[in-house]
Amino acid sequence: MAETPASLGLRLAVPRGALLGETLDLLDSIGIDSSAVRENDRRLLFADVGIITMRPSDVPTYVEAGAADVGITGKDVLMEQAERAIYELADLGYGRCTMVVASQAGEDPAADALRRLGVVRIATKYPRIATRHFHESGRQAEIVEVKGSVELAPLTGLVDAIVDLTATGTTLRENGLVVREQIAECTARLIANPVADKLRARAIDTLVSRISG
Amino acid sequence: MSVVDRTPTGTRDVLPDEMRELRALMARMREVFERGGYGEVYTPALEYERTFTRGEASRTSSPYRLFDEHGNVLVLRSDMTIPIARMVASRFRTAPTPLRFCYFAHIFQGVRPRRGQSRELLQAGVELIGAPGPDGTVEALTLLCDALEAAGLESFKVGLGDVTLYPTLLRSLGVGDEDSDTILAELALGDFVGVARELARLRLREADAELLLRVPRMRGGSELLEGLDGPLHDAGTGMRELLGMLEPRTARRVIFDFGLVHNLGYYTGAIFQVYDPAYGMPLGGGGRYDDLLGDFGRPLPAVGFGLDVERVHIALRAEERRRG
Repeated sequence: MAETPASLGLRLAVPRGALLGETLDLLDSIGIDSSAVRENDRRLLFADVGIITMRPSDVPTYVEAGAADVGITGKDVLMEQAERAIYELADLGYGRCTMVVASQAGEDPAADALRRLGVVRIATKYPRIATRHFHESGRQAEIVEVKGSVELAPLTGLVDAIVDLTATGTTLRENGLVVREQIAECTARLIANPVADKLRARAIDTLVSRISG
Repeated sequence: MSVVDRTPTGTRDVLPDEMRELRALMARMREVFERGGYGEVYTPALEYERTFTRGEASRTSSPYRLFDEHGNVLVLRSDMTIPIARMVASRFRTAPTPLRFCYFAHIFQGVRPRRGQSRELLQAGVELIGAPGPDGTVEALTLLCDALEAAGLESFKVGLGDVTLYPTLLRSLGVGDEDSDTILAELALGDFVGVARELARLRLREADAELLLRVPRMRGGSELLEGLDGPLHDAGTGMRELLGMLEPRTARRVIFDFGLVHNLGYYTGAIFQVYDPAYGMPLGGGGRYDDLLGDFGRPLPAVGFGLDVERVHIALRAEERRRG
C-alpha cells in the first residue's frame, strides 16, 4: 500500500500552478500516493491523505504557522518572504526558473534612466527581491508593485525595467523585452515548520531521505 | 463619524476574560518559581543604552531608543537577562551565590510589517546566577518543565543543544572563522540547502562534509548520544551526564538537538527551546551565559530561561481544543 503524508504523521502543503504537476510526480516517485489530488483539481484539503493545496506564495504562511508541517514551494517565494521562520530542507531541482532584470530591446532604458535621472523605476511582483538587488548593487530604484502581467509595465512607460521570474524567456521575447541581469536561479524547495521538524523528526527525515535518495 | 484611535502595530489591549486567564497562568508558574527559591524581581522598562551595548550584551538589540531630559540615550529593554545581570552586579555585589530570581515582565522588540508579530511581549522567566553547569543547568531545566506542567501544558518538549557544538566541530575539521560564520548564519536561518551549498564550496573531504551536513539535522531521543566519537565525543559526554542527572519527570521531556542555534549572542554552552505540538512556534527558550555577568563586573556562571506567556496561553488553548 502506498504511503501518504498522513500515514507518516505529516500534513504537506502542495503548490498549485506551474509546480503542481512535477510535485505530484515527485510524490508518486517516492511512494507517496498523490492520486487523490490528481483526481480532483477543485478540492483544496485532502485530509485523509494529509495534503493541502494552495498558491505557492501561501505555502510559507501555512508552514510557518504550523498549519502544515512540511511544504513545497519555489525558491523565488522563499527569497521574497525571507523573514519567515521556516526550515529549508532540500532543493528538489525541478521548476527551474531565473529571476532576472529585463527591459525593452535596444539601448537599455534602465541604464539611461539611472545615468540621467539617478533612479530607475522597476515593476515587479517581487518587491523585496527587487529592492534588495538594486540596493546591493548600489543603484537607486523606485519599486512599483504589480499583481500580474509585469511585461505590460515597461511597454506602457510605467517603468524602465522589470524584475521577474522566467523559465524559457518566451514571454519576455514576445513582449520585446531582453534579459539584462540574472539575480538568482530558483527551483522548488522542501520546507518544514521548525517545531514539526523537532517533534516529528523521524517522519521528516524519512521524507527528506527518500527525496534525496 | 467618530474617530477610533488604534494601538500601534504589534501592540494590543488585553480585556478581562483574557487577563484573568493570563493572571491564573502566571500565578501557577510563579508558585513553582517561588517554591524553588526564585524571588520575583522587577527592573525598569527603560535602561541606559550603554547597559545593552556592553560586551556580550551588545549582541542583543532593542529598536526603541529615546532621550531623557539630560540627553542620555535610553532603550526599552529587549530582554530581561541583561537588566538582571546589571542588577546583580550592582545590588548583589557581594551577596553569596547562587542567586535565584524570577520575573514576569514586558520586553520590547522590533516587528516586520503585516506579520502579526508583537512589539510588546510578556515574558516569564528565571535567572540562576552563580551555579555552573551541569548542576545549574539541571536545576533550570527542571524548573522550566515544572513551570510548564503547572501552567497546564501536557505535550510540550524541551529541545536541548549546545551553542558550542557546531562551531567546535567546524573548527576541528579545519574550517576557517570566516567560512564558519557564513555556515552558522545559514544554519541560524534554518536554510539547510544554504549550509550544503557553503560546505560544497569549501571542498572538504567527503566524510567531513557529510558529517557537517548530518550533525545539525541530528535531533531526537537519547539514542543520538550513543557512539559519538571524534570531535563529537565531548559534546555527547556532556549531554549524557546532564541527562543522567535529570529526574525522570524532566528527562522524559527532553529531546536532543545538535542543530540548535540561538539568535541571542550571549549564550556560552547548553541552550534549550520549548516546543508544543499544538503550536507552530517555540514557546520560549534559554541557556547558559557564563560570560555575561563578567561584563557587568561580577564574573559568575549563569543559566536562565524566558517563556512567552501569550504563546504558552495559545498553546494551552490549542491543547484543550485538541483534547476536545
